[in-house]
Amino acid sequence: MMTSQPAAMARIISLALTAFVMMIAAVSFPFLTLDAKGLHNATSVVDAVLAFNEGYAIPLAVAVAFFIVVIPLIRLGALIYALGPLVREQPPRAGAKRAFGLAERLRPWSMAEIFIVGVTVALVKVAGLAAVTVGPAFWAFAGVVIITVLKDQMICRYSIWEALEQ
Amino acid sequence: MVACQRCGQVHPQGVRYCKRCDGPLQSRDTESLQKVWAWLIAGMIAYIPANLYPMLLTNTLVEHTESTIVGGVVDLMHHGSWGIAIIVFVASVMIPIGKFIAVIYLALSVQRRSNSQQHERHKAYELVEFIGRWSMIDVFVVAILSALVQLDTIATINPGIAAVSFALSVIFTMIAAQSFDSRLIWDADRMQNE
Repeated sequence: MMTSQPAAMARIISLALTAFVMMIAAVSFPFLTLDAKGLHNATSVVDAVLAFNEGYAIPLAVAVAFFIVVIPLIRLGALIYALGPLVREQPPRAGAKRAFGLAERLRPWSMAEIFIVGVTVALVKVAGLAAVTVGPAFWAFAGVVIITVLKDQMICRYSIWEALEQ
Repeated sequence: MVACQRCGQVHPQGVRYCKRCDGPLQSRDTESLQKVWAWLIAGMIAYIPANLYPMLLTNTLVEHTESTIVGGVVDLMHHGSWGIAIIVFVASVMIPIGKFIAVIYLALSVQRRSNSQQHERHKAYELVEFIGRWSMIDVFVVAILSALVQLDTIATINPGIAAVSFALSVIFTMIAAQSFDSRLIWDADRMQNE
């Protein structure tokens, strides 16, 4: 890290907090709306998860919920928990190592950015059939993806492990 | 010496947990290849129904259509959406099959104690680990389409059983790639020097 450690940690934490709040907005507001021949259908991220809510596919609904919402939130929460005291130059919390280890281990299973690409493909597929309007949650979700990428690039995990050791 | 794979701290041989991050320490995962083969075979088996059964069930006023993974790509090409067709084809066909081949090659080369192209094999492993998760695109496309296109009688889209087996195939092969202990690639050298 180029800047002094507490400043760098503060930047990571502020990005993580922003992403956390935006993710909650992304789940609560309408994501996409579809209009065709007088019929109207609004979809949220939760509806996309519940698309697999039929018998054999229910485990998939749970998996999709984890991949696009729950795991990104757990990673952000764990990071805030582990690094929070370091910003104020206090000793790490109990379990901070475990929390940071969890955030690192879950990294490949957090698929928010893949979901956004999937949404783009779906929009192209529907474009000919009906008019699709993009809702506020779509932009919030895109924001989460960009901020998470920035945050993950800033993290130097070796420095963080060193800082947590003290 | 044993280096912690999580935080990089180096320990003498025989220490079981990292003193810095409390992660488990192991010089080599001796059961790595068994786990790789088991998850890989599960992934390949799940990939078969993923291609045979329909991914999307589309109902409109006039017709009922079922499209498979490859069928969906062909449809996109007929609509002239070449870019998107290529994205879906790469994510759902090329990446999974390429990943099967790459993991089989890596596992076999370690079993045969090959010591050629070690750096290239490490790079191949990193690529497989990085790119594998992007196969999930098609599952998310199905989720969004089925949630969005629910217009009573005019048009509805529902997920097919292939979505479940495709997702399973991606998850299994991701675990297969993660179980591969890439440090095994270096061991062929040591065997020959001894």
